[in-house]
Amino acid sequence: MNIYDWICLLCNKLTKVKKVIHDLVVIENKPAGGNNFVLVLKPNEKLPLMSPGQFCEVKVSKVPEVYLRRPFSIHNVDYEANTLSLLIKAVGKGTTVLSGLSEGEIVNLVYPLGNGFSLKKEANILLVGGGCGVAPLLFLAHTFKKMGINPVVLVGGKTAEDVPQLEAYEAVAETFVATEDGSLGEKGLVTQHTIFKTRLSEFKRIYTCGPEGMMKAVSKAAEALEIPCEVSLENTMACGIGACLCCVTETTEGHKCVCTDGPVFDSRDLNDWNIEKPSECSIPYLKSE
Amino acid sequence: MTASGTFGYGLEFDDFLDISLLGGIVVKATTSKHREGNRYPRMAETNMGMLNAVGLQNKGVDYFVRETYPKLLKYDTNVIVNVSDSTIDGYVEVAEKINSLEKIPGIELNISCPNVKEGGMAFGTSCTMAASVVEAVRKVYKKTLIVKLSPNVTNISEIAKAVEGAGADSVSLINTLLGMAIDAEKRRPVLSTVTGGLSGPAIKPIALRMVYQVSKAVKIPVIGLGGISTAADAIEFILAGATAIQVGTANFIDPAVTIKIKDGIADYMQRHQIQNINDLIGALEV
Repeated sequence: MNIYDWICLLCNKLTKVKKVIHDLVVIENKPAGGNNFVLVLKPNEKLPLMSPGQFCEVKVSKVPEVYLRRPFSIHNVDYEANTLSLLIKAVGKGTTVLSGLSEGEIVNLVYPLGNGFSLKKEANILLVGGGCGVAPLLFLAHTFKKMGINPVVLVGGKTAEDVPQLEAYEAVAETFVATEDGSLGEKGLVTQHTIFKTRLSEFKRIYTCGPEGMMKAVSKAAEALEIPCEVSLENTMACGIGACLCCVTETTEGHKCVCTDGPVFDSRDLNDWNIEKPSECSIPYLKSE
Repeated sequence: MTASGTFGYGLEFDDFLDISLLGGIVVKATTSKHREGNRYPRMAETNMGMLNAVGLQNKGVDYFVRETYPKLLKYDTNVIVNVSDSTIDGYVEVAEKINSLEKIPGIELNISCPNVKEGGMAFGTSCTMAASVVEAVRKVYKKTLIVKLSPNVTNISEIAKAVEGAGADSVSLINTLLGMAIDAEKRRPVLSTVTGGLSGPAIKPIALRMVYQVSKAVKIPVIGLGGISTAADAIEFILAGATAIQVGTANFIDPAVTIKIKDGIADYMQRHQIQNINDLIGALEV
């Protein structure tokens, strides 16, 4: 690990990195299987120091139906080349526009946002990702490698094309795969993989990012063995900087903003994972009859 | 100025702009008691706007006075506190406590809150209720009292006149418009509260119309807001009769937009050779 990397790591933990608004140039837009794609972006300015688990808010232009910025985890950073990459799945209006960006086009980002994963120097770390939720785990895996830790990575999806960037993970860590249809790796959910069935107790900490159902199952299995588990939530956001209070999640200490107090949370601090359940309306005149 | 609920306490925007350059910030709603607010989802994107149903989440006035207020002293701008509650007593309690804070020059009374004693009808939907809350607050609050009007009424000018009569120093309008979003695939409302408040560029034509009408109905200064995201938008509100403007939802798209708008207004004045911004207030040629 070179001195530059050490400085970056230390700075991440010691200083409060200022959030910035930058125009970044698209250096590359490469398909990553299915509707997934990787955008490699480069600002004119120097990239701010970022921590794995943090995210950026991307402005989507050209489409009036897309008003708010779209949040994406930082997939990876190359400080020497001054580039960052985002792994995105084209599922809606905003992401579809971004999937069509060409080299040389400009995107505007507000970043780095959020709290990032904890970077405790522990042996035996497991990273569990699902679908394009796997995005922040590449940056995390690289960061652990630089700290001298070799994480184990387990990624899952419905089918082979739902496991994007597999080669990138394999290049940095021991990587395992689970697909529901068995088209790649073991057949089944990640929590049905051999790692969960036979090796879970060897890990000191688990980090997970992906569909909520997957993260809940992973954290439940971790909690049963008293292994701390950090999850990365994806609540819909407006401001991304902790001002509007739209992206809150319920925790043991009340509502917290996913954009600022998160997106990473200790699974034991989360109160009610079920974001699908409509609430008992607390504003009487707004309640539907 | 920045609109309540869109700029936090200003602290969240420190990295993006020098807040002392703004005319003022209206910090988010402060209620008498701590409120957790509504369940997630609290937000739905719409065409050129968004719906929100945050539910006045805040730690209550005592926490504000003790913990937040000291942090705001560093800003060399007008820090206005938005006051919300569900009973007149609640409003009065908050106003009284804010009155004693030396560096807070004014409060903005949010009367779009439901009045629990009147079955949840918003205070701002009737002249009587609006006037009664303003009257009660006026007795205990000695500094600048701005009343933020709800647009979800048949005749906003009447409400404006009622609060002017009850002692308001100024009115700000508009607050959010009641709206709804549905997820057709899930066959469910997007918001946990079913309905919410619409803001953003989509509401500008309605806000502009209401500012125009209210500024003709009252003598007190009108603060205009509702979808302002450019300097041109701001000028339009001033021409319609606004003495000042607030920028809200636009801050989510560009955290530094307020400075761009401020600079853009200066630019407009230079292009049109206007020495004093006051010359533009209500200067619409109809």
